[in-house]
Amino acid sequence: MNVIIVGCGRVGAQLAALLDAGGHKVTVLDIDTSSFERLPSSFGGTSLLGDGTNQKALKKAGIEGADAFVAVTQEDNCNVMAAQVAKHIFSVRKVVCRIYDPLRKDVYDALGLEAVSPTTVFAQLLKEKLEPEAESAS
Amino acid sequence: MYVIVIGGGIVGYPLCRTLLGEGHEVLVIEKDAKRCDYLEDNLGSVCIRGDGCEAATLEEAGTARADIFVATTTRDEDNLMACQVAKYKFKVAQTIALVNDPVNEELFKKLGVDYTVSVVTHLLEPIKEEIPTGSLTHLLSLRDEGMEVVEVRIPQDSKAVKKAVRELALPPDCILALVIRKEQKPQVPTLDTVLEAGDRVIALTRGEDEAALRDVFIGS
Repeated sequence: MNVIIVGCGRVGAQLAALLDAGGHKVTVLDIDTSSFERLPSSFGGTSLLGDGTNQKALKKAGIEGADAFVAVTQEDNCNVMAAQVAKHIFSVRKVVCRIYDPLRKDVYDALGLEAVSPTTVFAQLLKEKLEPEAESAS
Repeated sequence: MYVIVIGGGIVGYPLCRTLLGEGHEVLVIEKDAKRCDYLEDNLGSVCIRGDGCEAATLEEAGTARADIFVATTTRDEDNLMACQVAKYKFKVAQTIALVNDPVNEELFKKLGVDYTVSVVTHLLEPIKEEIPTGSLTHLLSLRDEGMEVVEVRIPQDSKAVKKAVRELALPPDCILALVIRKEQKPQVPTLDTVLEAGDRVIALTRGEDEAALRDVFIGS
């Protein structure tokens, strides 16, 4: 699979490393070169300096041949915009983005975006961790 | 009308002031506390502090009953997101976005923003007019009809010089509405009107035929 990851933060870097180790062709985009230091030295993919909302930068990253696109920058709005460019301008088959604000879920659904909200996921996980305590307390 | 403005900065503030002066109900959503205070001090209770892209903030602002939603921040991704939340979650009829980087204008329109204002594009129009060689300037977009009203300056070396309108290979549905010649009154051209170098032609054309129209006048 040919994957483009926008945002080389902790999640982006880890995802890049996992996919690369799994034999996929990975290209990581970030607006700050120091972010690439998070990638392991064994990383065999490509890291590119660029803005994931910019069509020129995306073309340079090979979006026209990409099978999947993941937007995991720190900014929700950048992620949504990049994901929409990937989906609606470049017709990438699989587009996933991280969005911290769970209350906008119906907007993302309406826009046809596969959005993962760490807020929702994590809160649920924590609740499950607390459930055994809640049970023994009652 | 109830207008919500995202961003109380150099665009949002005077926009709010103008709309208030015209008697509209306006609410500005601004992130920076000091800026909010400034708006409140100068315009009254027109500002709430918050992120105009967040659904909760827009809910609090009564976005569902807004007639118009205008995003005026300096970041295109924020303007896009705010307008999309307004449109898809709160069903606001008219969303307007400031586009800071002109490369994003087409994207915004494609993604559902009703009306876009690209500052740089507008700034380039008069600059283009100063260029002596022939150019095509956008005057007005007739969105519902998919047509553009443009002005073409006929250069010296144009193949259209000394030709009558009927001889021009105009794109289908193209109308030449006005010919403006130096020291003469603007006239509505007929098929027999002969064009001269230096003429300014106001034309109505389909967006997709602009290149073809440009070729008719600019190019020898």
